[in-house]
Amino acid sequence: MVSALTRIFGVHNLALAEDVVQDSLCRALAVWKFNGVPENPSAWLMATAKNRALDLLRKERTARVFAPDLGRLLSTEWTLAPLLSELFVEHEIKDDLLRMMFSCCQPELAEEAQIALILQILCGFSAAEAANSFLCSTAAMEKRLQRAKSALSASRELFDMQGGAEEIHARLEVVERALYLLFNEGYHGAHPELAVRQELCAEAIRLSALLLESPITATPRAHALAALFCLHAARLPGRFDANSELRSLEEQDRGLWDRALIDQGLALLDRSATGSTLSEYHVEAAIAAEHAGAASSASTAWPRIVELYDVLLHLRPSPVIELNRAIALGQSEGPIVGLGALEAVTERARLEGYPFYHAALADFELRAGRPERAREHYARALELARNPAECRFLERRLAACTPE
Amino acid sequence: MSEFVFLFRGDDMSGSPDQLQKQMQRWGEWMKDLTTKGHFKGGQPLDRTGVVVDRKKSIIDGPYAEAKDVVGGFMVIECKDIAEASELSKGCPIFQNGGFVEVRPVMKMSM
Repeated sequence: MVSALTRIFGVHNLALAEDVVQDSLCRALAVWKFNGVPENPSAWLMATAKNRALDLLRKERTARVFAPDLGRLLSTEWTLAPLLSELFVEHEIKDDLLRMMFSCCQPELAEEAQIALILQILCGFSAAEAANSFLCSTAAMEKRLQRAKSALSASRELFDMQGGAEEIHARLEVVERALYLLFNEGYHGAHPELAVRQELCAEAIRLSALLLESPITATPRAHALAALFCLHAARLPGRFDANSELRSLEEQDRGLWDRALIDQGLALLDRSATGSTLSEYHVEAAIAAEHAGAASSASTAWPRIVELYDVLLHLRPSPVIELNRAIALGQSEGPIVGLGALEAVTERARLEGYPFYHAALADFELRAGRPERAREHYARALELARNPAECRFLERRLAACTPE
Repeated sequence: MSEFVFLFRGDDMSGSPDQLQKQMQRWGEWMKDLTTKGHFKGGQPLDRTGVVVDRKKSIIDGPYAEAKDVVGGFMVIECKDIAEASELSKGCPIFQNGGFVEVRPVMKMSM
């Protein structure tokens, strides 16, 4: 709704658009309290927001400049109401969402700022909720949002989705990156209480689906990104057992995985396999597909996964990817080879503070029959654990290598 | 560039809701076209009711003109000359409704 209203009021009147939405929600609550929730609450809210916008445009048309490209048509009763109705129909709103998402991802803004904007404007998160997602204080998040919004307002115009293909594709990369980070934050962010915040993943999936609905943004890479989200999200129900304990991939009950989401992910991955460029999202989705398709850890095609990690390293060298490759290699070639690969990681120093590096070392030591070394590594990992679920998981592991 | 005013007269606003809807749509399209070409500078439709204040400052209900001459709206248009302005006015949907357009140049007052 904020997106549609911003399209109408102009991006420099973002605050006004937010006020109208806030107003509509308050009015809805007041009315619904007495009359009950209407059959179609979102249509009711839309209609209320539209009327409120109409009022405002009439009252302030001499005092303010609204969307510059619509300005004249909004200024006259000849076209005002019909134009507003047009802008409030569903497919236009989807276009507005897309446009808003692209506008939020200004390359000049830091990635966290882009994501904060997306969370608030497109996903309706409050500053406190967004702060909770990103481990910062509400005040800090409010400041970050404030700065990001001033930058957005200062740009005066929303991103032009009818503009040059080159510009759109350049910006699309920034958008994809922001969605990727958003998903990641939901999947294994550093949150102290919850290891998984499913709603962040769900929002990333919803917004990635939006990219696929428009022919200009439904690129093979965007398909791969959406496939990646689906295939990872499908495994979310298995990551925790009935006691809310974190389960490793090996221990997970694969029956809990969401088959429908896996199928959707695989179909998307199929559709991403066009064009001439292989993106990192393609490779990551392919790895996720291997896991999702395997009946157990033992029957997983580990050599194939190692190959895919090699491709990924070529596209985007990173110690974390090397770590994952080493784990896969250890699974296929045995713990000693795995340990060798872990020790050979370039820039190992950057993994020193990462609990799962130490946990991986410990796993392989344990398998290689050296529980006392495994214990040391698990203890180190435990010191670095970022949330209670990770702590309990590592404590269980530590206990497993202590002799009876 | 010069400014002109279009006065719309004698627009027949009767008809079924469906017809009115179509009429509105045609107006919308025409105005969007004028706007994208940079001609439209403002204006409003006018209600059919109103009062006339006469010379003695007494107030008489209703527009004075004959129904067919009532001004139903106005627009300010920017274009090259009166020829272009009258050409532009020909696209107005009012002609399909028995109305007509009066095209008047805005007078430039010199000090």
